[in-house]
Amino acid sequence: MDLRFSPRDEAFRAEIRDWLEAKLPQALSRKVAAGAELSKADFETWHALLAGKGWLAGGWPKEYGGAGWSPVERQIFEEECCRVHAPRIVPFGVNMLGPVLIEFGSEEQKRHYLPRILSGQDWWCQGYSEPGAGSDLASLRTSAVREGDHYIVNGQKTWTTLGHFANRIFCLVRTRAEGKPQEGISFLLVDLDTPGIEMRPIRLIEGGHEVNEVFFTDVRVPAENLVGAENQGWTIAKFLLEHERTNIAGVGYSQEAFDKLRAMALQCRRDGRPLAENALFAARMAEVECALEAMRLTNLRMLIEAEARGAAGSAPSMMKIKGTQIRQEINDLARRALGPAAVPFPSELIEANLPHPAPEEYARAAHGAFNNRKLSIFGGSNEIQREILARQLLGM
Amino acid sequence: MDFQPTETRRMLAEQLARFLERNCDPETRNKLAYEPPFHDPALWDGLADLGVTGAFLPEAQGGFGGEGFDIATVFEELGRALCPEPMLGQLMGLSVLADAGADLDAALAGQERLALALGEPGGGSGLEPPETKARHTGDGWRLQGRKSVVWGGGSAQRLIVSAAHEGGIGLFAVAPRDTTIAAYAMIDGGGAAEISLDDCRADCLLEDGGAALERALARGTLALCAEAVGAMDHVQSLLREHMRTRKQFGQPLARFQVLRHRFVDLCIELEQARSITILAASRLDAQGGARSLSMAKALVGKVARQWSEEAVQLHGGIGMTWEMAVSHYAKRLVMIDHQLGDSLWHLERVAAAYRAA
Repeated sequence: MDLRFSPRDEAFRAEIRDWLEAKLPQALSRKVAAGAELSKADFETWHALLAGKGWLAGGWPKEYGGAGWSPVERQIFEEECCRVHAPRIVPFGVNMLGPVLIEFGSEEQKRHYLPRILSGQDWWCQGYSEPGAGSDLASLRTSAVREGDHYIVNGQKTWTTLGHFANRIFCLVRTRAEGKPQEGISFLLVDLDTPGIEMRPIRLIEGGHEVNEVFFTDVRVPAENLVGAENQGWTIAKFLLEHERTNIAGVGYSQEAFDKLRAMALQCRRDGRPLAENALFAARMAEVECALEAMRLTNLRMLIEAEARGAAGSAPSMMKIKGTQIRQEINDLARRALGPAAVPFPSELIEANLPHPAPEEYARAAHGAFNNRKLSIFGGSNEIQREILARQLLGM
Repeated sequence: MDFQPTETRRMLAEQLARFLERNCDPETRNKLAYEPPFHDPALWDGLADLGVTGAFLPEAQGGFGGEGFDIATVFEELGRALCPEPMLGQLMGLSVLADAGADLDAALAGQERLALALGEPGGGSGLEPPETKARHTGDGWRLQGRKSVVWGGGSAQRLIVSAAHEGGIGLFAVAPRDTTIAAYAMIDGGGAAEISLDDCRADCLLEDGGAALERALARGTLALCAEAVGAMDHVQSLLREHMRTRKQFGQPLARFQVLRHRFVDLCIELEQARSITILAASRLDAQGGARSLSMAKALVGKVARQWSEEAVQLHGGIGMTWEMAVSHYAKRLVMIDHQLGDSLWHLERVAAAYRAA
């Protein structure tokens, strides 16, 4: 047992820290710290900075332009980025499609698409869920029918995050209607400029535009855009979800949120005293801090085990559940800390150029608390994760 | 970073587990745990022979361990077997004796059983300043007062007692024969005692016992966390087996989603309890270690109660019976929260840090 990071890890951390201090634009950091919505240009600025340093695709092997980091190094990178309020990396190209292409793509696909992800030429979005296929993803119905050198795609995808910034979408499509649902699914890359595609915004609970629905009507997709073999899509989808769930605990993000909560507890007052002196509020903070401290270590234990065994096992599902519970609890306390000042609808105030009754960096606490209810639903809802865990833990 | 136990600790854990499986099976355990003397001197000696007591102190003090992970290794195995031997008192007592520079050879070898007498009647957490008084006479120190719920107090061969005197709070060694002791079984097995000190002769170990007491309590707190983790780990295997084999409506319980999701939640919390205990062990004597220990005790106390209640609930009626091992584990898991500060007491210590700017 030795809980210290190795000198190599510490040097790595110092390198990340120094670089962030020098390169992270202050204005961007302030926006992230305040929980403000980032523009497409914000994300592109951040991606370009990281890509220039070779750190955009931390987990990719070096031969493909990645940094070749271990899971622990990626965790350190996340922690350091969160500490200084760097924007998150948009995951769809870098953390989802990239690993899929590296594992399942043809040489041509890798050569063509991977550099375009790093350079920002392509912004990918995800076409998985459908109105009738959420947790039961294998029941998806968007069809792709082979016609000569093309697939003709018809159907509808939904919950397409930041699709309005994207120029491409990777989709799970049905290529065979017979047999087990899982065995008739394929993984297809689609250019969003292709005729027959329509994207419509979905407004979410807190009022923001983050996700979309995408309609496909007789969309002609070149057959070479198939990744892997026809009807191998479910295997790829599961691989992708595993990758999506690496470092899913979000320890860095929860720590960032908790540090902010601690500052709020000193600044926000109840009955003339700082909230931190309110025993009931402080107790809830302490409970969530204990859970966060434990999760930081659970996460590291599991990352190191995954490194040693080469497989993540049940760890990502556990970390998804615990990580989202902790984050949502912190968000709830931050909203609560504002008291009546949590009430104004931020975008209304911004449009009217009115001052917010709470300090700027806290003003979006309620907004964030509502928006982050998504955490326990997306990427395989927490109930789906419990099913995965139950199979592994109970062996049936 | 490395989460593997050292070879020495892994071997100690294995030997302990084997020994306890043979000598402390549930039936034997229950016979010992609820009847005087509420433990088994032969079982005690066997544990000492395996090096349990030696693991409590570092080499410089004659032991071969003394680090947080040594303590955690031992108590995790004791917890797994629900062992009723009063090792908690030995651990904390040895810590005090070592800090006092007192003679501890017999205790370190396990030939002398120690109990730490801190709590008093009417005490809340049991960790308040003592009302027992110590006074210095021409003929040495004398103690006057009552100590309550002293774990292992009935079987101890030396008592270490906290008492207030003019100069502060001291720690004193007392021979049991100089006191009046009423021993009884604890609700979850094992023995405790009420001890009356009436002008009782005492050897002063430390006139200012504050720091030594802190260190002893830190070790005890860690030990209880590790014991709970071991006990939960065992209950996990009992519950898993039950859910796979017990059938209702023609199906094993594991086929019912509402039940298996509860099992999954318990397993996640167990990993959290394990992690926070590892963290506390690593920081036992470090800067800020006390806060980590309080975090551990607070979280473990909460999780242990959840395991206790859910394990009984998911076992159904049979989980309520004396006959089933799970009911005894369930009691121990709850009662650990009644020792050395409960989860709310520790939560308050964690929260105190928020007030400082």
